[in-house]
Amino acid sequence: MHRRTFLKLGSGAVAGACLLGPGVRARAGSTPPKPTGEERVIPTFCDVCFWRCNALATTRGGRLWKIEGNPQDPLSRGRLCPRGTGGVGAHYDPDRLRRPLLRKGERGAETWHEVSWDEALGFVAERMQAIRAAHGPEAMALFSHGIGGTFLKHLFRAWGSPNIAAPSFAQCRGPRDVGFHLTFGEEVGSPERTDIEHARCLVLLGCHLGENMHNTQVQEFAEAVGRGTTLIVADPRFSVAASKAKYYLPIRPGTDLALLLAWMHVLIEEGAWDRAYVDAHGYGFDAFAASLAPYTPEWAWTETGIAPDVIRETAGEMGHHRPATLVHPGRHVTWYGDDAQRSRAVALLNAMLGSWGRKGGFYQPASMDVPAWPYPPYPPHRGKADNPDQRYPFALETLTTGLREATLTGKPYPLKGWFVYATNPLYALPNVDETIAAVRALDLLVVIDVVPSEIAGWADVVLPEAVYLERYDELNVELFRQPFVALRQPVVDPPDDQKSNAWIARELGLKLGLGAWFPWRDVEEYLRWRVEAAGLSWETLTSRGLILGPRTPLTYEEGVAPEFDTPSGKIEFWSNQLQEKGFDPVPRYTPPDPVPPGFFRLLYGRAPVHSFSRTQTNPLLHDIMPENAVWVHSEVAHRLGLRSGDRVRLRNQDGVESGPVAVKATCRIRPDCVYLVHGFGHTARGLRRALGRGINDALLLSRYRTDPLMGGTGLGMNFVTILPVEA
Amino acid sequence: MPRLAMVIDTRRCVGCGDCVVACKVENDVPLGHDRDWIVEEIRGRCPGPTLEIRSERCHHCADPPCVYCCPTGASHIHDYGGVVLVTASKCIGCKACLAACPYGARFIHPDGYADKCTFCLHRVEKGLDPACVAVCPTHCMTFGDLDDPLGPVRRLLDSRPHHALLPEAGTEPCIFYLT
Repeated sequence: MHRRTFLKLGSGAVAGACLLGPGVRARAGSTPPKPTGEERVIPTFCDVCFWRCNALATTRGGRLWKIEGNPQDPLSRGRLCPRGTGGVGAHYDPDRLRRPLLRKGERGAETWHEVSWDEALGFVAERMQAIRAAHGPEAMALFSHGIGGTFLKHLFRAWGSPNIAAPSFAQCRGPRDVGFHLTFGEEVGSPERTDIEHARCLVLLGCHLGENMHNTQVQEFAEAVGRGTTLIVADPRFSVAASKAKYYLPIRPGTDLALLLAWMHVLIEEGAWDRAYVDAHGYGFDAFAASLAPYTPEWAWTETGIAPDVIRETAGEMGHHRPATLVHPGRHVTWYGDDAQRSRAVALLNAMLGSWGRKGGFYQPASMDVPAWPYPPYPPHRGKADNPDQRYPFALETLTTGLREATLTGKPYPLKGWFVYATNPLYALPNVDETIAAVRALDLLVVIDVVPSEIAGWADVVLPEAVYLERYDELNVELFRQPFVALRQPVVDPPDDQKSNAWIARELGLKLGLGAWFPWRDVEEYLRWRVEAAGLSWETLTSRGLILGPRTPLTYEEGVAPEFDTPSGKIEFWSNQLQEKGFDPVPRYTPPDPVPPGFFRLLYGRAPVHSFSRTQTNPLLHDIMPENAVWVHSEVAHRLGLRSGDRVRLRNQDGVESGPVAVKATCRIRPDCVYLVHGFGHTARGLRRALGRGINDALLLSRYRTDPLMGGTGLGMNFVTILPVEA
Repeated sequence: MPRLAMVIDTRRCVGCGDCVVACKVENDVPLGHDRDWIVEEIRGRCPGPTLEIRSERCHHCADPPCVYCCPTGASHIHDYGGVVLVTASKCIGCKACLAACPYGARFIHPDGYADKCTFCLHRVEKGLDPACVAVCPTHCMTFGDLDDPLGPVRRLLDSRPHHALLPEAGTEPCIFYLT
């Protein structure tokens, strides 16, 4: 066997997929042909994920050649991640949507005919007016992800609907933001306000930095590793981050809160917490400290599988390096339905270490002041439909799953029309059957996207959007350690009849009689007005891509005044607002559901070369990772008679069965769980390059547990069996 | 005359593959082929394995078997920097070099010639780093002159433990991995 093939056999997600023989190797062909001609460099910012790195795109002879990081950019520091570098492929992707489509067959049959923009938007406007007449404007809901949704959100508010949600809250970072908000009165934000750069001890709980490629964080992480920062990683999987750790804790899934409580118990026991910081800023510490008494390392051992001496030693490291000990809050944290309380425990541990507001902990971000366009006030509405009677009292944002439920039940009022922008609810939301049932109950589903995703397959109208390299978007007024304003601007023209979200929102707005909210002729006029109203130069922004603001103090040491927007005005170790709503005022551990015999807990995560389920057709990114594989512990694989590369199916506790997927037999995962990279296994016929490659973890997430504090959907309670596929 | 070499810090590298994508774009590498690639090598037994992540490519060996076996002279050591190159117009696609290379660094381009990493000589000549080095978000790669005693390559090799791949092949590879 060839050495290169041999090595790839034992290798990870990136190279691992290459060994599966000619049938599954990326098909040979040409990359987007290298253009020739006069070179131009145009600054813009990336949209392959939500990090919004500033980039320099190079064209040759008017054709896109390459995209690199903007050296002036504090986010990318001149270096994009593989997805940003591969953004070229988004423009050239042959699977792109090209013209507006109207459904002609059954919903979900993916049969359409091409129509003009005028006909498509006229159809949408007519249906929306009918829905308004029967049910009111609030019966329209928008699912949107990313900065590109700004003008559509504006359209919805002008129309009179507050039902605007992103999966990034209830299916991702929501519990973290709520847990920190309850504790410090502020959220962690995005980009996270984590000062990894100066941390002397970094603690990751299931957070796989390096596999999730949040650019600035990964750069800071690599620097931290390079200079020997004490790294503590608790993860059921020996992640890339774990492989670089001083302490790797192969924790039993679902028991992170037990570990956190035991760490805090040790800090109390050893008197290693930051007493001065807690005395100055803490509320209810004594009662909180007393509540930790039962959570000894010996107790936690039986829950987590982590030996007491390891728990003590790692807690000691944290105490030793405080306040430059950063217990990372993670990002996708909707795991077990008690996630806001677990995130609160992360916040409390950081508070005990005095890291909030301190160098090497959490800094105070700043942003520049850029006035909003003076639109007329939005019309009043009858309240959101996602969270009737404030059932989830600490939901800071609108719940996607709440909108889905309202669509299914008609309560508190009916939702009859959905817009879906740049997200794929069939991948992002758990229990696909519920989503499809909700979609079937609609009078109108409009999908605006760049490729014909699975949700587009169910749409009545599909509107093809220009990719980020072909459009303006809302300004990025970044809240970061170095504030700046950045511009996304067109680098090349759309190849066909694709339009920008701003154009779509405005044209539809005009058809709906909402011209008062779209007084600008085009988005360039809108952006220029905002930039100049902020006292900045449009010419500078268009030529440089970003304008940096003044740096402000980042930490208490640098002069930030400690302020906490909580009811007590302090860091709430004890939370009266939780108690008043009938919840535990301090985090309390409940064990996870046990793994049924013969089953494995299904874990999922990210790969550095793909974003969600939206990049699998990008030729450049597909080429490096065309499909996922299911990680199975080597000994389990051996017991089941499986080897790496063998094809299996997964069947979950509810009988949902996946398509075939390759096994990755590895000792990099606990024997009681299996792992998939999210975003594969596409079924939409138009996603030709990605069709049937790998499997979709979201299909197997038929169960979820809703966080009673904030409505997040815990997804870690699904179990699968492994079924061999007959050759 | 410099001897061009690359030092790659396996501690910093997260295996994100940015080097692979950047190379593909910069050098118009056909889909389905790679001039560089990521290897994740696990050592030791469960539990407590170690993982070495490496960005790999042509090692631009000082003693290159791919050059010696080439029947047409297409594979050659370039005048500048000791970079091993292929002249596509002279290559007959016989694959002798693919067989000779201990690193599997070469492939046959769909246009019929042997292709591989050039150390981005077209960039290096302009004073730029190779695309893979310039893009790396973890700054794990350092490119420069192996013979310059004060250069960054030599300094890293003098101060950190490192290894080359398949030293037993005796080809004097010019890629080094810090551990």
